Parts: sequence; C-alpha cells; structure tokens
Amino acid sequence: MAKTPIAFSLNGMERSMFVDPGQNLLDALRRGVGDLSPKYGCAQGTCGTCSVLVDGKLQLACITLAEAVAGSSVTTTAGLADGSELHPLQRSFMDNFAAQCGYCTPGMLMAAKALLDRNPSPQRQDVVEAISGNLCRCTGYEPIIDAILKAAAFMRTRGRP
Amino acid sequence: MTSFEFRREFFADERQGQLNEIGKPTIRQDILGHVTGRSPYYDDHLFDGLLHMRCVRSPHHHARIVSVDFSEAARMEGVRRVVGPDDVPKNLNTLLSLIGFGKEDEPLLTPSKVAYRGEPILAIVAESERQARAAVQAVRVEWEELPHVLDVEEALKPNAPVVNATYPGNTFEYYDKYDHQKLRFGDVEQGFAKADQIVEGSYRMSPIEQAPMETCGAIAVPETNDRIACYTSTQALFFSLATTAKLLDMSSARLHFVGGTVGGGFGGKVDSIVEPMSVLGALLTGAPVKFMWDREEEMQVGAPRGAELWKIKDGIDSRGRIVARSFTGYFDSGAYTRLSSYAVVKATGHLPGPYSIPNVASNVFCVFTNRTPATAMRGFGITGVDFAIECQMDRGARATNMNPIDFRILNAYRDGDMKAHRRLAKNTALIECCQVVADKARWIIGSQSRTQSSLRGGGGEKAHVPATVIDEEGRIGDRRRSDVPTAPHSAGGRKRRLPEGSLRGEDVVAAPPQNPDMLGDAPASDPAASPENGRTLARPRFGPPAEVQVDRPRPRRPQARERPAIPAAPARPSTRRPLRRRTSVSRHVSGFRRR
Repeated sequence: MAKTPIAFSLNGMERSMFVDPGQNLLDALRRGVGDLSPKYGCAQGTCGTCSVLVDGKLQLACITLAEAVAGSSVTTTAGLADGSELHPLQRSFMDNFAAQCGYCTPGMLMAAKALLDRNPSPQRQDVVEAISGNLCRCTGYEPIIDAILKAAAFMRTRGRP
Repeated sequence: MTSFEFRREFFADERQGQLNEIGKPTIRQDILGHVTGRSPYYDDHLFDGLLHMRCVRSPHHHARIVSVDFSEAARMEGVRRVVGPDDVPKNLNTLLSLIGFGKEDEPLLTPSKVAYRGEPILAIVAESERQARAAVQAVRVEWEELPHVLDVEEALKPNAPVVNATYPGNTFEYYDKYDHQKLRFGDVEQGFAKADQIVEGSYRMSPIEQAPMETCGAIAVPETNDRIACYTSTQALFFSLATTAKLLDMSSARLHFVGGTVGGGFGGKVDSIVEPMSVLGALLTGAPVKFMWDREEEMQVGAPRGAELWKIKDGIDSRGRIVARSFTGYFDSGAYTRLSSYAVVKATGHLPGPYSIPNVASNVFCVFTNRTPATAMRGFGITGVDFAIECQMDRGARATNMNPIDFRILNAYRDGDMKAHRRLAKNTALIECCQVVADKARWIIGSQSRTQSSLRGGGGEKAHVPATVIDEEGRIGDRRRSDVPTAPHSAGGRKRRLPEGSLRGEDVVAAPPQNPDMLGDAPASDPAASPENGRTLARPRFGPPAEVQVDRPRPRRPQARERPAIPAAPARPSTRRPLRRRTSVSRHVSGFRRR
C-alpha cells in the first residue's frame, strides 16, 4: 500500500512520518510517533477521549485523517505542561478530584484548553458546552466543570505560570 | 467534597480512630499520570511487529454452525493465523470454577452451537487491524438458525429452547439439586393468612452495559524463558491469569500479567476473555498479539448487568407492619453462567431488604436465555432487588394510606433483630437515614417516626429465629420448579417446622460462628447492656434443633440422623466487644437529636 510522507509539528517539535491512506491521526500519533496521551474510546467520533488541538482547533483524532495534519501544528495532553511545570488546568484537575480512572482526562483537558484559549472568562454553561462532546463514566462531570472554572479563575488572576 | 457528612456514631464499634480522611479531599496517588496522559493503560505499551486479533461472531441469537470456510480468509494479505475452537486446549470453562462453583458451560471459541448474538466462533490474527477485519469478513459460515428465547419467564416454560446444553432446564443448578436458590424464615403462608391486606407487585430491570471509556482488551507478548507477558485492562488480574492458565492448559508460572491501570470497569472487565484470547494468539504466532474489542463489540458482546424480574407479595397488618413477604426472582444470566449464579446468592442474602419481617420466603432463579451473558456491575444482585423492594415499599405505603417514610421507619430493622439469613443485624441506620432524608427533602414525617432509633426496640422477640416450615421430607420447599410458589411443598398436607432457633435446614450442619460478634449482644454484666443502652438482646440459639414439631402427629425421625452437637462459642466476656461502643460518642447529630 502506497504510503504518504507527512511533516507536522507535535507539541512544538517537528515530526515527519509515513502514513497509510485512511490511517487516522489517533493511530499515527500513538503508534507512529509514540504519543500515547490521546486515547482510543470509540473510533467513531462520539466519546471525545482522543481530542487534540490542530492549529488550535479542537479535533477528534480518531476521525481525522493523518494526512490532513501535514504542515499543521498539533497539540496533545503530552504537550500541555511547560517542562516540569504543570498547566493550571492539569493542576486544577488534580486538586479538584476531576479524574478517577483518567481515561477521559486527556480529551477533557484538550476540550478545556480549547475553551480557555478562546474565552478566558467562561461561564459554567460555556464549560458545559465545551466538554459536551467528551464522555466520562466514573468521575462525573461536576468536578470536571469545577476544575475548569477554577483553572480559568487562576489563569485570569495569575496568568499562565 | 462538601456533600459528604460522616456520621461517626453509626460506626463507632466498626472503626476505631478518628477517620480523619473522610469528608476531606485527597489527591489520588495516580492522578499525575492521568493529567499528563502518561498513566500506563494496557494499550499504552508499544511493541514492534504487533499483530491484531479479531473474531468471527454469530449474527444470530441461537444457531447451529453447519460449516465454516476460512480458506479465502487464510490466504489474505497480512493474515498470520486462523484460530479455531480446536486450538483452545481446554475449550470449556465457567468463571467461578476457580472457587469450585458451577459446571463448565462456556467455550472460549464456540465449536458447534452459538447461544447469543456476537458469540465468537473463530479468530483471525493479522498484521494490521484492517487486515484482520477484512479477513473476518471473508470467512463464510453457514448457520442453521434455532428458535431463541430472550425472556426469563419464557425460558422456564416446558417447551422453551434449550439455551445452554450444560443446563438443559435453562436454570443454574444450586447444590446439584435445586433449580433455584431458596430462603425460608418463619411461615409466610401463615403470615399472609393473618395479614389485614395483601400487596403484590412485579418489577423488571433491563440489562445495563457498563460502557467503560476504555474497551476491554489485552496485549500478549512472548517473553524469554518460555513465558508470555499479558498487558490487560482486567479488573481482576489474578482471576484472569488463573482462567487463562486453565483454558490454555498451561502453568500459571508461564504467565506474567501486567495490569492495574484500568480505564473504567464497573464490573465489566472481570470476565477473562481478552486475556486467554491474546495469549493464545501469541502462543500460536510467537509474536505480540493485541485482542481489543471495538466500541460496537463492547456494547454487543461485553457482558452487561443482567436483566431481572422480581415478584413480591407482602402481607400487611392493620397497623402497617409487614408480617410476611415472599419473593420469586428471575435473574437473566444470558447464554452462560459467568457470575450470575453468584449474583443470585448475593440477592438471596439481601432479602427481604433492610426491614424486620417475621416471615420471609424466596425462590430465586438464575435463568439462561439467548441474551448476551451477564456479569458483574456495581452491586449486581443487590441493586435490582433493592429497586424492586423500595418500589414495593411505596406500594405498601399507598395501600395502607401511610406516608412512605413513616411506613419504612415502622418496618425498619434495628440493631439486634434477626435477619432472614439468620444473622443478627448490627450497625443499622435505616431509621436515621429516613429521618435525615425527610429533613433534607422537607418531607413531613410523623412524630412517632421522629422519635424512633435504630438502637432501640430491636432484639428481644425479634432476635429469635422463628419456627420455619418444612415439608414431610424435611425440605423447605420443592427442589425443582412446578410454578414454584414460595409456599413449601405440602403433599399430603403434612407440614412440619424446624423449631425456633434452628439455623439451617436439612443436611447442612451450621458451622460454629467464627466471630463472637455474631452471637449477639454482650452478657448482662457488660456495660453496653446497661439500662442506659436501652435494651438487652436475647442470644439466638445455636445448636441442633431440640425436637421437630409436627403439625400432625407422625413418627419421630430416627435418632441416627440427628446432627452432631455444635460446640458453644467460647464465653470470653473480657475480650468480647460490646455490640456498640458508645461511651465517647456524641449523641448530637446535625439536624436532629437522637431522642
């Protein structure tokens, strides 16, 4: 099967790889590059646990063709922290018990980051809408919503550390 | 976190110390991995040359396999191995065989007859998931569809299709004799006869899929020293390891299981299917093999919480007290046993719910149907029957024109009451729960209910095991269904009774209690039994029945059949803990006072 060479930026680092026709971005990231932070949940674009940012826009890696990110900038949860300094969202998820099994967490964090990047002062309803494409089965949504709102408040007062 | 309130006084004798953690947020030890996307779920282990395994599954609820042609699939690009039933060394298992419960009834790959939609009959191992999927599509199976049954009551009818050849009656066999699990306490028929009114209800619960975010899966990797490593999503690592060793007839020393990071489970990851499948793939190919359910498989063949049907009959006296309650329960096991047999035992131990009812009877069936096999899910065996019981309580309250919370408090069990499974209730708090719930919901309850306490009014007469009805053969009812009423089998009209205080029915000798707490309250000299405590419990009688009482005169049983005496529990007043230690506990509870 003919493979296509692609180059893209992943969490600020240049990557190049060969992808199969039809190969999705989730598989390319996980098995091709070894970034295991986006998770497989449904491969149907319904659960949100594979969410990543492509040029700052929230996308589901399982229904994005790997070829389509050529030349783009991709951000995953693995690139959220600044070195050893956690992103305020990550810190807030820890402090507010916003993860139990942790499997939906990377997708939740990406959806939250996409929201805060475009709206630093979200209302509760904005947060609910922002994570409406992300399913969680154990934690429950309330601690996650609280964590996102608290991270937003922290970032407004202190700025990003 | 503020929604938790810990009411220490209810657990004073259970948990010593200050319990400083409850009600305060604690940062999980694994959460750093979760928020950085670095927690190692089974699929987060990468292996070069990983192969992918997928199953050919039944499109029918019930069908005979006439022929399977995988010649085309085997020749397809990337296909390394076709795995069939003959490749499974011990292709019949039941999960609880590891604790010696139940007969082998389920193949890993089904050789001849499928009993649920999605049942696997063949597996393909290929170099990519896409190739494995394509090869599965290319397998030609000729099916002979069989009549199927999807409802528990239909499955118990005489001409119902036989779902599971191991259990031709479509029910699990308890103790190799009974087609249901039985409980008898007192005499429900007598209770119904004395009751002012009878309230009956029937309650159905649907199956519920656990739907974890991470689907079930495992990766098996040949290691050195002739071992296989298995990275798995299982909730039951050693259970899965032992099941794999059994099905594949290999020493467990050859298996190295790695797990513990589970992307949600809720009971749906204990069935030990993906592990033996992937290990088998690795054994046959010598390469790392991943067997992962996709979302559709998770929903279709992932074992759910089983469907349940409960029929409850209550006899209620003129004061609103439930004097007799009978159950007929049907637990839908699906096509195979898995853990449903155990769910039924659990459910039976839970009856009649948190209420003190002097006469209780139940027959609960673990029924096979052509639905997806059921398994564990959060309190399975309990949750469904609790739903039924609480609906029935509301129905009883309406029938007696009582406030439903008053009705519950009136019938609530209290410390020292004998439960239907012949253990004394302790640390009960239903009354207090009802009082708090009423407060929080601003629900007005009667002044009588307001002053009740789980610590008072229990025990005494209610600590006794009542005389329990048996039939002339010494049984507490039919072994097999004959539209099983929960009344005892009464051929010839001769009913007898196991005398008051008897712990078990025929041919089972009650073991001496291991925990002195089970004997009930402390002796009268114990401070806990002081008048301040408000009650003194009678101790239930442990020991062989003194004499069988007979409704109608009949010859006494031969002496030879009498059971050996059970040694009395050691009297150690100095080390026995009182049933409840209350000396240092504040009586004050936010929102209400205990008296």
